[in-house]
Amino acid sequence: MSSGSDLLHIDDQLTDEERLIRDTVRAFAADHVLPYVADWFEAGTLPHEILTELGKLGLFGMHLVGYGCAGLGPVAYGVACRELEAADSGLRSAASVQGSLAMYPIWRYGSEEQKAEWLPRMAAGEAIGCFGLTEPDHGSDPGGMRTSARRDGSGWVLSGTKMWITNGSIADIAVVWAATPEGIRGFLVPRGTRGFTARDIHKKLSLRASISSELHFDSVRLPDSAVLPGVSGLKGPLSCLSEARFGILWGVTGSARTCYESAVSYAGTRTQFGKPVAGFQLTQSKLAWMAVSLSQAQLLALHLGRLKAAGTITPAQVSIGKMANVRSAIDIARQARTILGASGITLEYPVMRHANNLESVLTYEGTEEIHALAVGQEITGLSAYR
Amino acid sequence: MNIVVCVKQVPDTATERRLRPGEGTLDRATPDGLINELDEYAIEEGLRIAEAHEGEVTILSMGPAKAAESIRKALSMGADKAIHVVDDGLAGSDALATSYAIAQVLEETGFDLVITGSESTDARMGVLAAMLAERLGVPQLTLASKVDIDGTRITVRRVSDEGFDEVEASLPAVVSVMEKINEPRYPSFKGIMAAKKKPVRTLSLADAGIDADQVGLAASATEVVDFAARPPRQAGVIVKDEGDGGTKAAAFLTERKFI
Repeated sequence: MSSGSDLLHIDDQLTDEERLIRDTVRAFAADHVLPYVADWFEAGTLPHEILTELGKLGLFGMHLVGYGCAGLGPVAYGVACRELEAADSGLRSAASVQGSLAMYPIWRYGSEEQKAEWLPRMAAGEAIGCFGLTEPDHGSDPGGMRTSARRDGSGWVLSGTKMWITNGSIADIAVVWAATPEGIRGFLVPRGTRGFTARDIHKKLSLRASISSELHFDSVRLPDSAVLPGVSGLKGPLSCLSEARFGILWGVTGSARTCYESAVSYAGTRTQFGKPVAGFQLTQSKLAWMAVSLSQAQLLALHLGRLKAAGTITPAQVSIGKMANVRSAIDIARQARTILGASGITLEYPVMRHANNLESVLTYEGTEEIHALAVGQEITGLSAYR
Repeated sequence: MNIVVCVKQVPDTATERRLRPGEGTLDRATPDGLINELDEYAIEEGLRIAEAHEGEVTILSMGPAKAAESIRKALSMGADKAIHVVDDGLAGSDALATSYAIAQVLEETGFDLVITGSESTDARMGVLAAMLAERLGVPQLTLASKVDIDGTRITVRRVSDEGFDEVEASLPAVVSVMEKINEPRYPSFKGIMAAKKKPVRTLSLADAGIDADQVGLAASATEVVDFAARPPRQAGVIVKDEGDGGTKAAAFLTERKFI
């Protein structure tokens, strides 16, 4: 990070290795994403090739060990998410889904055959994965899911619908969570399996440079080897979400940084009443609070990263990070928009794109409200929602 | 094939760079040190040649302790090992003294091919490759925009003001490569992990057999006599087009001898 937006020199706390990851992802984004991302957003697409390139870099499943994964630490993973999201939340979402929601359950709960078949190709970006948990009628309350699987002879029959599935229509492999008589189980459903179809969701005003799909399973027959053997119950998908939320609480510090830098730069060159708008007290107050908020978010992300590296991080701590940092980021993005005036609503500048993306980030992977309830439960010992 | 790529850590060109008052040498204490961008092409070319000819790439860097970061990046890109010459006695060495120190190391390690960038973005001398070749008594093939190797024959396309020359020599040799000769790869994440285990030899002057009296600021043949900050940029001239915009623009350019 240029010391310009890192007022507290927080990046000095990173190791050489983490800084090298930062510089590599930042250079990649500068070369391959930033020149095009506004057009992708406008067109409502994310080119498949960019995922292949991220795979070549070694970014997918970078925090996992073995099976072609790089085996880096959580802070390195967080920094990579931050630099991707500094470009666009859609790109970071694609990487989060691939690494934390699709590869992670296979890596943690999969059979040796499942790991060997999928992880190396997914790490290389040759196979794309998606994660099916949310349904049209079950978002914050996934335990009520209607998608179900029943045993049939030596295999399974899977039926139901999943909604808001990132990478759904381009996925080679879907990790699908379904209710079974023995609790919620995870199933690996390859693209092209008879009865499995995916349809993209259009008319989005947020995360437009990201593919969101609806998955349909119409009596899909699966062999017994399709089940993730290592887990049953809601803790399976929830453990994956905890991984992904960790990437989010880092990632959003990237979008916030981009918005902040954009506001500083614009305020310095935009002249009104005969001087740069940066010279007005109201603007400086906005910039100062944005800088404070950004620094706090960065410190929180780094702290949680070190806790994760130490192996002591708890889901409630991740909830604190997710709710706090996404809230900070969306407030910074909206405040930046006011400094950019009318320019702020265009795709010529990144702030409205980021602000709109962050509306999704606020909601997905546990809404702000659900995280508040999780933190509330941690504080009081009382569950207010189940 | 034993390929040695010379790499220099330089201050980030995006930050403000300063000279130290008194000695007129570059203040290297600035926070961000990067691999000289032009050296990235040299590293990439070295890696490509090594991949095609079963070679091994050694990164050779002379610089303060923090240059280790840049060495690490070069190893993450895929180089096999590195030599870091670090000694306070080297501070302030000019191109001539630097070429002496690096040549001493190269004499000791041996090489089939030495590759450098065309110049460094800090001092911008662009003479190291030629000086090294002279000191080592091997052919110099500078400003290459294309390098081909066939056995011990090396052919390069040497960029000139009018076009290019084809230059041929036999190995061992020293080559300097131009910007855009290739597209330098990013360090892969697996490469970043692997780099931690790659050998880096750290040599002091004594370790490398470098005569302390021939390097450093005092032994340098060149001296910065004076320097001044660049004057602040003047406001631009706005030419209003009243049907004669072209003529006015041409007059402006003519006055400054651009046309």
